[in-house]
Amino acid sequence: MAEEQKPTSLEDLDARVTAARAANKQRSGNSGTAAEGKPPMTGLGLAMRIGTELVAAIAVGLAVGYGLDLWLGTKPWLMVAFFFLGSAAGMLNVYRTTAHMGRDDGSGGT
Amino acid sequence: MGDGVAGPLEQFEIKPLVKIQLGSLDISYTNSALWMTIAVAVVTLFLVMGTRQRALVPGRWQSMAEMSYEFVANMLSEQVGSAGKAFFPFVFTLFMFILVGNLLGMVPYSFTFTSHIIVTFGLAFVVFLGVTILGFVKHGFHFLSFFVPKGVPAVMLLLMVPIEILSYLTRPISLSIRLFANMMAGHTMLKVFAGFVIGLGVIGGWAPLALNVVLTGFEILVAFLQAYVFAVLTCIYINDAVHMSH
Repeated sequence: MAEEQKPTSLEDLDARVTAARAANKQRSGNSGTAAEGKPPMTGLGLAMRIGTELVAAIAVGLAVGYGLDLWLGTKPWLMVAFFFLGSAAGMLNVYRTTAHMGRDDGSGGT
Repeated sequence: MGDGVAGPLEQFEIKPLVKIQLGSLDISYTNSALWMTIAVAVVTLFLVMGTRQRALVPGRWQSMAEMSYEFVANMLSEQVGSAGKAFFPFVFTLFMFILVGNLLGMVPYSFTFTSHIIVTFGLAFVVFLGVTILGFVKHGFHFLSFFVPKGVPAVMLLLMVPIEILSYLTRPISLSIRLFANMMAGHTMLKVFAGFVIGLGVIGGWAPLALNVVLTGFEILVAFLQAYVFAVLTCIYINDAVHMSH
């Protein structure tokens, strides 16, 4: 513990913290507060996110179609239809995810 | 696999520790449940010990507890705005539980309960259900207009509304698959390379060992990242339900 180098007073510490924060903000440019305390989104993380988004939507579409088929007795047709709807939903999700990222931080989210 | 070397998937095996049978239901206390209990205990201990001193100038533990608090609080206010404060306890609990669960999985001989899809799906479904109920409570049946995109001709709505509903239903699936797949893939990979170390022996085993060291570091990053992603998506969903905007 750095008990020995305790500041003389809390006001002094407060001043130093404010100064350090200002310096830090200046150094990191005008990235704003949004990037603060946020772990970097790695390329792999982004890829995983988009991949699961697509696959999950198709799976949900197929499951919903299959369930409706069982219920209504229209064996393959609703499943086929919902496969395409699910794919569309997946693309919509991917579009929203990436659009959100582009808006979040100007760095392009790589 | 050679003799004595555990298969890469053996680590995910659920072992009942205390057998409990309730009618036809098997509600045994398993190793998964044990590690969940440990995770809750660790989080509680971490926060209680961290906030015990209540120093104006925080020590290390208090600093870490405050950092986790601020991290989640910032995330909420960023994504949801001032209306998000009410959901802080929920998101914070979720974040800490997943984070500690992921990190406990990095302890040798431990069990990673977040690598089971039923666990992550349970968590994701609680989020999904809660957010849906929240939307209906906040907006009544007006919440259904969430599924009707604006500025779309009436003919296209026939196609767009099912797509929007499917997209909404996808949320718990993609949320749970993302966490589970990341944890399971990472831990399987670690075990596979650990198996190579034994298989290649003293001469060739150093290369996979070095890779395993790198992968371990990477897995710790993934543990943080996935807990963050889960929490931030929860925030986004809460924001959708509160403000009804995509």
